[in-house]
Amino acid sequence: MIAFFLIFLPLLTGLLTFFIKEEKLIKGFAFMSVLATLAVSVLGLTLFKAEENLQFTAQWMQPLGSSFSLKLDGMGQLLCLLTAISYPLVFLGSWNSTYKKPNNFFALMLLAQAGLMGVFLAMDALLFYFFWELALIPMYFLCSQWGGERRIQVTFKFFICTFVGSVLMLIGILYLQSKTPDHSFSLRAFYNLELTTKTQSWLFWLFFLAFAIKMPVFPFHTWQPDTYEQAPTATTMILSGVMVKMGLLGLLRWLLPVLPIASYVWGDVVMSLSIIGIIYASLIAIRQDDIKRLVAYSSIAHIGLMCAAIFAENKSGMQGVLLQMFNHGINIIGLWIIVEIIERRFGTRKISELGGLAQKAPAMAIFFVIIALANIALPLTNAFAGEFLMFNGLLNAKSNYYLWFTVFAGLGIILAAVYTLNMIRKVFYGEVNTITAAATDLKLNEKLALGIIVVLIFWIGVYPQAILDVTDNFSQTLTDRVDISHLFRKK
Amino acid sequence: MNALIISAILGVVMMFSSILLKQKNAVRSVAVSGIILLLLANILEMSGTVFFKVNTRGMIVFDQFALLFNSIIFLATLLYLLLSAKDMEKVGVNYAEYFALIFFILCGITLVSSFKSLLILFLGIEIISIPLYILTGSDKRNLKSNEASLKYFLLGSFSTGLMLMGIALYYGARGTFSTVIDPLITVTANPLLISGMSLLLFSMAFKVSAAPFHFWTPDVYDGAPTVFTSFMATIIKAAVFIGFIRLFDDAFEQVQSTWRIWIAVMTAVTLFIGNITAVFQQSVKRMLAYSSIAQAGFMLLSLYSMNTEAKEGLLIYAAAYCFATIGIFAVLAKMNDYTFDGFNGLSKREPLIAATLTILLLSLAGIPLTAGFLAKFYMLKATIATPNSLWLVIFAVLMAAVSVYYYFRVIQAIYFKEESTSSPTIEFSPFFKGAMLILAGLVILLGLFPDILVNWLYF
Repeated sequence: MIAFFLIFLPLLTGLLTFFIKEEKLIKGFAFMSVLATLAVSVLGLTLFKAEENLQFTAQWMQPLGSSFSLKLDGMGQLLCLLTAISYPLVFLGSWNSTYKKPNNFFALMLLAQAGLMGVFLAMDALLFYFFWELALIPMYFLCSQWGGERRIQVTFKFFICTFVGSVLMLIGILYLQSKTPDHSFSLRAFYNLELTTKTQSWLFWLFFLAFAIKMPVFPFHTWQPDTYEQAPTATTMILSGVMVKMGLLGLLRWLLPVLPIASYVWGDVVMSLSIIGIIYASLIAIRQDDIKRLVAYSSIAHIGLMCAAIFAENKSGMQGVLLQMFNHGINIIGLWIIVEIIERRFGTRKISELGGLAQKAPAMAIFFVIIALANIALPLTNAFAGEFLMFNGLLNAKSNYYLWFTVFAGLGIILAAVYTLNMIRKVFYGEVNTITAAATDLKLNEKLALGIIVVLIFWIGVYPQAILDVTDNFSQTLTDRVDISHLFRKK
Repeated sequence: MNALIISAILGVVMMFSSILLKQKNAVRSVAVSGIILLLLANILEMSGTVFFKVNTRGMIVFDQFALLFNSIIFLATLLYLLLSAKDMEKVGVNYAEYFALIFFILCGITLVSSFKSLLILFLGIEIISIPLYILTGSDKRNLKSNEASLKYFLLGSFSTGLMLMGIALYYGARGTFSTVIDPLITVTANPLLISGMSLLLFSMAFKVSAAPFHFWTPDVYDGAPTVFTSFMATIIKAAVFIGFIRLFDDAFEQVQSTWRIWIAVMTAVTLFIGNITAVFQQSVKRMLAYSSIAQAGFMLLSLYSMNTEAKEGLLIYAAAYCFATIGIFAVLAKMNDYTFDGFNGLSKREPLIAATLTILLLSLAGIPLTAGFLAKFYMLKATIATPNSLWLVIFAVLMAAVSVYYYFRVIQAIYFKEESTSSPTIEFSPFFKGAMLILAGLVILLGLFPDILVNWLYF
């Protein structure tokens, strides 16, 4: 039942929110809703973690071979928790923003949450596809309605790109379904398929394109910086903090275990693309003057590292990726909250126009520096544990070029330090100018949101085992499933 | 049988209603109750109650497929009349006649959906076409309407000629007009049969506006009064499709290897031309004309794969496409400005109409949760089960992605663009809003539970 509530709570409250008129009431109601979802998600991790509570199956589209089956496995628990934590943080952090037609805004945000939960929980390919698209539709309206000046074209590009990817994935799903003995869309049926290397190869690209566009991995990333820049910041937080995880989850649940041979065969190509993406995005980030675009490019670099570590195909890498998915979500939301505060107070996001904020707003500077250091994976912060495991995974990858991959990925870390520290220096230190002279420090709600994030950063940084325990089982099964060495032994 | 006879009688009743009833409201009420009667009679026949027993000597067979299809068509027509009947007043003075013609067309549709003899097919197609020529030209003082009517008539007669020729050749090859073939007999692909088949293929392709026989479509759809364009683009098109699939399923099943590749090429070309040209349209009406070509391309996939899923899928497709397009045309008919800009800022003036219109557009674009997605899904599923057709599936989904472009242009205009202050406001009656809400509800219901429709086929 936990799984069911995680989807239907935001869905129901989202639909109700459309009809509320008063702004304060809307915000309060939406906030209560996300808190309730968070409570349900935490219950799923603690009190009700017995198998039968985490599953939900109902009849749906029986003649087509589909069913409404949801399940919280390790990855599902983690990502649902991330989604559930993100929303209160986002609402809290952007509490002071005002929107035209707030009922529609918060309703669509909640519907997007329902869609995201669905993607993370679906154990049936058709259901997965349903939620995959449904998470996108509210995002389309959110970005197009409340975004910046160029929002309509930019969001449209984003929508078309992801739509192309997802329809190609639909073909892949349909083909796999036609190959299952009982014509079923269930994940288990997909796992039991034995396909030839050739079939797996072209199927791999159908699926990979969809996920690569979503993550995004170089060279499919072109929609991302524009969309992050133009979208309203609360939406950007969800897009970058939670939604990109849809692509990574797709790889881990729907691609690697279903098509293990092709994943091994094409692993080098994907890892090369990811590594190119890391270097490329980091170099561009160094040259950015707009903070939002800088964070957007840094996100591409981080996702690239996770994608590469997934294709290392060993347990350490997997655990690192899962941990880092969570960390990246928390950290980037923290960054966006501060970016939004800066934008709202000063009306600019240009690094060159800002300066000296540390004197005027010391609390903001402290929070920002901590989160930024977490973003570049300093020891004691959460990202350090994740990246450490991922690099360990990369070094043990079965690929012949593992050393090169590790070295270049490591270069990405150094570049990340360059652009992040450079931004901190220019924005928070240096001379106070006319724009920043009237700066005021953080408000209570902002302090609260950022405080929670910082606590999470240190807690996971010191004790990552808490998260790793949740996903341990999942990573182990996954690693066993993608291991194709028994095929070689047979020959 | 119920529907066939009642629709013919209703046609005559409507003709006389113009003399007997002075009030336009009364005429409209008669027509709406007529279509409800027709729908009920047809549903009764599905459960076994037949009012009229006529021996057709096997030339017409009302099987579950035909009856279910008729029900969908009658339901779509009912919704069409609820939404658009009032707007027909604007077209011309012969208000009651329009309804009479529509009922005659429905009579033709019942023939086309249930024929077992090519003669009946021919009769059905002609009964559909001739009233349609009149409806196209019904706006007598408008030059474009006249042009459209003439163009449609000339080209339509030409394709009828082709069809007759094809039927004659078929008779020459088989010695009968019947499409029922004893499974024990093997039909050889002799030149007479193949040339007959190709002529029939061409003429049917013309009627469903599949490329390269689509050239009449944009001009005729654009020229005809918008209320009738809606009827032509949805109900008629779906009906001819059912005839198309029945013809090739029954009569030419055994020579499938010959025509399958033709249909594949035709599908690809139709999808390409329909979608790519729709992208460049500035008028929503012309965009919908091309979108109807594009959607026909998708429906052709059912003909190509011709398995159980394809036939079930065609029913869902017909319903999904009809419901969505009827709603969009109904709103369009009320607009002063047919360009995309005409829709600017609709969401501020009419939030409910905007929301329902968006659901219908999403359905046409094939977004999950709507009937349009499942319709496309069935088509793709049917096609992927056919050997060596992956290229066609990939091509089709890429074209579906192109279609998102032009459907979403309307959504963008509705929600994200500011309206120009000069445009006069348009009134939507509460009744109209209610009907739109029903349409949107049906589209979502069908998108979530296709079983409620498909299960009718099997009991």
